[in-house]
Amino acid sequence: MKKLLAVAAVVALLAGCASTPKEEPKAAVEDRTPTTAVPTQPGVSTVTPIGPTTDQLPNALKDPNNILSKRSVYYDYDKYDVKDEYKPLLQAHARYLAQNRNARMLIQGNCDERGSREYNIALGQKRADGVKKMLLLMGAQESQVESVSLGEEKPRCTESTEVCYSQNRRSDMLYGGEY
Amino acid sequence: MRYFLASIGLLLALLCANARAQLSIDITGGGANQIPIGVLRFAGEGALPQSISDIVEADLQRSGRFRMLFAGNVDPLPAEVAQVDFGDWKNRNADALVIGSVVRLADGRFEARFRLLDVPKQTQIGGVAFTLSAQQVRATAHRIADVVYEKLTGDRGVFSTRIAYVVKQGSRYELQIADADGAGAQTALASREPIISPAWSPDGTRLAYVSFENKKPVVYVHSLVSGQRQAVANFKGSNSAPAWSADGKQLAVVLSKDGGSQMYLIGADGSNPRRITNSGSIDTEPFFAPDGQSIYFTSDRGGSPQIYHMSASGGEATRVTFDGSYNVSPRVSSDGKTLIYIARDGGRFQLKSLDLVSKQGQVLTDGQHDESPSFAPNGKMILYATQINNRGSLAAVSSDGRVKQRLSVQAADVREPAWGPFFNN
Repeated sequence: MKKLLAVAAVVALLAGCASTPKEEPKAAVEDRTPTTAVPTQPGVSTVTPIGPTTDQLPNALKDPNNILSKRSVYYDYDKYDVKDEYKPLLQAHARYLAQNRNARMLIQGNCDERGSREYNIALGQKRADGVKKMLLLMGAQESQVESVSLGEEKPRCTESTEVCYSQNRRSDMLYGGEY
Repeated sequence: MRYFLASIGLLLALLCANARAQLSIDITGGGANQIPIGVLRFAGEGALPQSISDIVEADLQRSGRFRMLFAGNVDPLPAEVAQVDFGDWKNRNADALVIGSVVRLADGRFEARFRLLDVPKQTQIGGVAFTLSAQQVRATAHRIADVVYEKLTGDRGVFSTRIAYVVKQGSRYELQIADADGAGAQTALASREPIISPAWSPDGTRLAYVSFENKKPVVYVHSLVSGQRQAVANFKGSNSAPAWSADGKQLAVVLSKDGGSQMYLIGADGSNPRRITNSGSIDTEPFFAPDGQSIYFTSDRGGSPQIYHMSASGGEATRVTFDGSYNVSPRVSSDGKTLIYIARDGGRFQLKSLDLVSKQGQVLTDGQHDESPSFAPNGKMILYATQINNRGSLAAVSSDGRVKQRLSVQAADVREPAWGPFFNN
């Protein structure tokens, strides 16, 4: 019922919009030009995302002095291999996942803004897949880890500079409750 | 719950405001061999809330195929062929003339008639009468412009078609649909998370797109008639790059569920996913050839992203692009003869075309970050995303590169354009 009310509110509010195109005129035709019709106006959907609830997270994952609070791996331009400096970090997370079989992780691969949005989804996927593969080799289980890509769509830094780009070429490891 | 309702209300209040923000269009180039034409004010059009002849004139001008002759001082306005002073228009080197009339009907609606005249031959070559309400002036004008365009150029006009694009304003993303001239923008979806890759179904009633509302890319199909949307590819990993088959029954999508970004065919309702590439490399950005039998796509199987071509059922792929180290986002014209794509040259990303028969290539744009090209359904214009002053903007270029337009929305970032199909009825 509450849902219905919400939908009704949406419909009522939408009806108040000013620029609603009406259906095409029906033409009285003098020559052979075919009549055409534009489809009816689009319905509007809104997405209200559910926020994360980080309160439940174990302290080990939040404590800034614990390596597990570090979640990001950075890359060179057009590259997706995990650099050696991030191996201790991945080792610590793999160990945590191995010791906490109920823990779940989402790895989000990211790219800088240069190039095709869809190709960057694929490139970000390659980055996230690389992190996942390493975590699995180090003891995490397939069912615990999902690797996905945000491509260039969620930049941490929004200027068109190399400093910014290098922050956006990144994989982030999020634990269940954080996404 | 109260908070939820309040936030929806706020969202929709913003939606209404935004629906009125329109794309404005500037033409930055001119074509060759333009047809000189005069569009006279329609006799009696003052009874309408907008000038119908102004919209016809703007449509024809925007196409780049016509040279508009000043017609503002004709008095009295001719509504019939016999009333036209052909000698005057001949002296002004006009090839064609559009005249018309508007009368109010007893039921409060209007009848608009127009005639397209051949000036050298002093004859009528087309004419239609429309019955319209006061709200249908724009739609009627676009259809008049479509008739004029087709009669004089031999190509079907696209003035009555629609475009889809994504507007980002702060942290809000809206999937909007507007008339081809940018007017009448409507929001189909509003979200706090990115929306990319809108693709029109061949019948123009549905849009497939990628939404990040679940913290990862998921492919949706959205009915523009009912407003209903359905997640059609929501597998473990990423789901992206939807492309419609010619019959509208299937989508090619890119899934990472089996490792790596690979292409699959699924039913338009999400049923029966079938893998069609097996490369161990990136295979993405599928685009069906107009006959529906083959797919163009981007792959890095040769070491750098290039465009490939293969049967829609899978199998061996043929490499299509060879110049440069980054060629992506393939699209094919409706006659199947021209491929357009984005090429990186130095640090610039520009739109290129390739004649698939003669293999002649051409650079069509001169931007720094041009992306996401989309053919008009008649193949004569290409809509694409560019950046102006570090902000996303839409632009269009004729398929021969001669006519250029910029479409922009004040104070917003516009990207991911997709030009809709013709509407057949």
